Amino acid sequence: MAPRAKLFIPLVLFAVLALFLLRGLELDPKDLPSALIDQPLPQFELPSLGTQSLVSRDQVIGEVALFNIWATWCVSCRVEHPYLHQLAERGVPIYGINYKDDDSDALRWLEELGNPYRLNIVDAEGELGLDLGVYGAPETYLVDAGGVIRYRHVGVVGERVWQNILQPLYQELLAESAP
Amino acid sequence: MIPEVGHFALITAMCLAVILAVLPMWGAWTRNTVAMGLAPSLAIGLLVFVGISFACLTTSFLQDDFSVKVVASNSNSLLPPMYKFSAVWGNHEGSLLLWVLILSLWTAAVALLSPQLPLQVLSRVLSVMGVIGVGFLSFSLFTSNPFERLLPGAPLDGSDLNPLLQDPGLIIHPPLLYMGYVGFSVAFAFAIAALLGGRLDASWARWSRPWTNVAWAFLSLGIMLGSWWAYYELGWGGWWFWDPVENASFMPWLAGTALIHSLAATEKRGLFKSWTVLLAIFTFSLSLLGTFIVRSGVLTSVHAFATDPARGLFILMFLALVVGGSLTLYALRAPAVSSRVSFAWVSRESLLLFNNVVFLAATLTVLFGTLFPLVMDALGQGKYSVGPPYFNAVFVPLMALLATFMGLGPVSRFKSDSVSRWRKELLIPGLVAVVCGLSLPLLGAEYNLWVALAALLSAWLVLGLGRDAWYRVRGAASLSRGLRRLTPSYCGMLLAHLGFAACVLGVVATSQYSVERDLKMSPGDTESLAGYTFEFIELVPVRGPNFVADEARIRITRDGAPVTVLAPQKRRYLASGSMMTEAAIDPGLFRDLYVAMGEPIGSEGAWAIRLHYKPMVRWMWLGAILMGLGGFSTALDKRYRRQRQPALESAPGAVHGT
Repeated sequence: MAPRAKLFIPLVLFAVLALFLLRGLELDPKDLPSALIDQPLPQFELPSLGTQSLVSRDQVIGEVALFNIWATWCVSCRVEHPYLHQLAERGVPIYGINYKDDDSDALRWLEELGNPYRLNIVDAEGELGLDLGVYGAPETYLVDAGGVIRYRHVGVVGERVWQNILQPLYQELLAESAP
Repeated sequence: MIPEVGHFALITAMCLAVILAVLPMWGAWTRNTVAMGLAPSLAIGLLVFVGISFACLTTSFLQDDFSVKVVASNSNSLLPPMYKFSAVWGNHEGSLLLWVLILSLWTAAVALLSPQLPLQVLSRVLSVMGVIGVGFLSFSLFTSNPFERLLPGAPLDGSDLNPLLQDPGLIIHPPLLYMGYVGFSVAFAFAIAALLGGRLDASWARWSRPWTNVAWAFLSLGIMLGSWWAYYELGWGGWWFWDPVENASFMPWLAGTALIHSLAATEKRGLFKSWTVLLAIFTFSLSLLGTFIVRSGVLTSVHAFATDPARGLFILMFLALVVGGSLTLYALRAPAVSSRVSFAWVSRESLLLFNNVVFLAATLTVLFGTLFPLVMDALGQGKYSVGPPYFNAVFVPLMALLATFMGLGPVSRFKSDSVSRWRKELLIPGLVAVVCGLSLPLLGAEYNLWVALAALLSAWLVLGLGRDAWYRVRGAASLSRGLRRLTPSYCGMLLAHLGFAACVLGVVATSQYSVERDLKMSPGDTESLAGYTFEFIELVPVRGPNFVADEARIRITRDGAPVTVLAPQKRRYLASGSMMTEAAIDPGLFRDLYVAMGEPIGSEGAWAIRLHYKPMVRWMWLGAILMGLGGFSTALDKRYRRQRQPALESAPGAVHGT
């Protein structure tokens, strides 16, 4: 090899590395595919917040909906809350799963900040959360009309997440379920 | 109003950086003295405006201005003022501004402290730093504006700083770390300037050496603080995890260590010229790569910032531009023929070369281990994680090999030396080291071969250094006069090598002799560990400024004699609701006692309690501090200052002889 050509070796190595890094940007290391994607929503029978009745899986499925894990101890949930109102106003059905929380705190929160949820499932012990494999609040699951979990978002749902990820899927699922 | 002033100052700084990146470079090209002469003033202007911008952000934090987005998401009115201050860099946007501030500090320092540099070289160096400044300022302004407002709809209170970051160690850890890895930009800029000027001689090595040593010293201290913080704050007594973000700061350190040794060979003997330039580029590239890893989210880590693909793409493009550009320049301009300076196999040069080979191998090992998961994922081979077993398996033999030859380094001579002379000089230290290696582990709980090896190697280093220093000091009229014979750069080498020996001993002793137990303890319970008795006296509720905690009082005695009372806490931070373990430590030169609380068990007041006995764990941090002091000390050497007087008298553009 000519002596000058040898000096290009570092450049070539770097170019290869840069290509890998570029590819790496498209991959998400945290994107651990949830075991529940494309699986039915787990069975449950839990109290409904603010009422004396129990609510079970069959009562909340039947249309494309969001299931939102929230709690009063979760600061990000407070950040997320106004956006959930917007979604509810646009007619997106949202069910709340009040996760490891105190009932009276949760009711006060809804009174103060408003209630965007169809109803709230009280998961005080976190059993449903365990079945779903919840990391922490907030988390949002997109469930189709057949009660199958189609997507899981970890973290706050805001304009960007909704526009880029959830809404396209939501529309698709709506179209799927329309007769 | 204040955030807008800060934003405006940042934009002004950006304009100055663009001018700095273009005008002096053009001046150096066309030999336009006026354009070149503007470089120092532009560099100082850059510092002033970035400084104003940083001060504005800090003010917003201290005044609880929650209409500023980063303040709202990273501070809280209850946060102690000290942490409001450090919260400035406890987030992506603010820490990036700190990055830029430190870069402009280094740029201004080069401008102010280099009157001996030929104007053409100085203007090229400052211009290259200006280019880096443009990159990071635009990164800040276009993708991560720290002054973004939440108007209308500013929250009444902020969501608090991550409790893990509410710690005194974390106030100075990031600034020191950035001083280190941004500081390598100076060595990089000198290398690029040398390539552009086509003069790769000993003088560029001499100019960039003190800067490189100081940056390396800062980086050593920064890494040390990070490790110390992890040790007491994460609550499980670990001090190094081979986490991608830790590796991101460790790689530039390893490459930087190779660089400072290679620079020595280049300065003293005019050797390895192309190699040293390549190392300077490589070291700074690793700093940039580290920034990319931390801020792009390509790798999972405990301390990566909130990530955003747009940011990742931006840094990657910048990385490609700077590293790709400089490697292209290197390929085109570096001397292709090897230098005619020759040296014998038995000489200091070959030992320095050996150092470079070991450190390069270590750097590549860490680089490979860090990027392996990414590469496998990109090739569709699934998710992997590379853990400590891999790194330890490669690192331990490399460091043992290094320490063996390192003992020879300081006593060896340049050009050519002889094995028989080494034997004569080092026979006694070698024999004493063997005795130390065999006997020192007897002081531990049990005889351990790894500790014996570490003791042997550390003693070999320390005794060799001691003998060499003694030979230099003896024969003087008095001891103090003899000590004065030692130059700051020699003392620096001495301190840094001693620090390395202390590190080796500390790391090995604590890894081999640590004892830990996870126990269920209720108030009144007594447990023993490594000869100490731990009595759980009581559990008390405690209230801090922004948290509530359960505090356990644990009395430690040894053979009936009281040692101390430790008070670990389990905290719940009010704003975020997050739980934190605050370990309690009784530190000592030869052992640490460490108690951390886990979770409550049952309802009768029992807790999971973790007790640690950690012998000699402080030695590695002490070692790192010695290395840092050593690095600073070398920069005080007279030969870097002495040139100033003649330089002032000579005409600009004149090149000094060696």
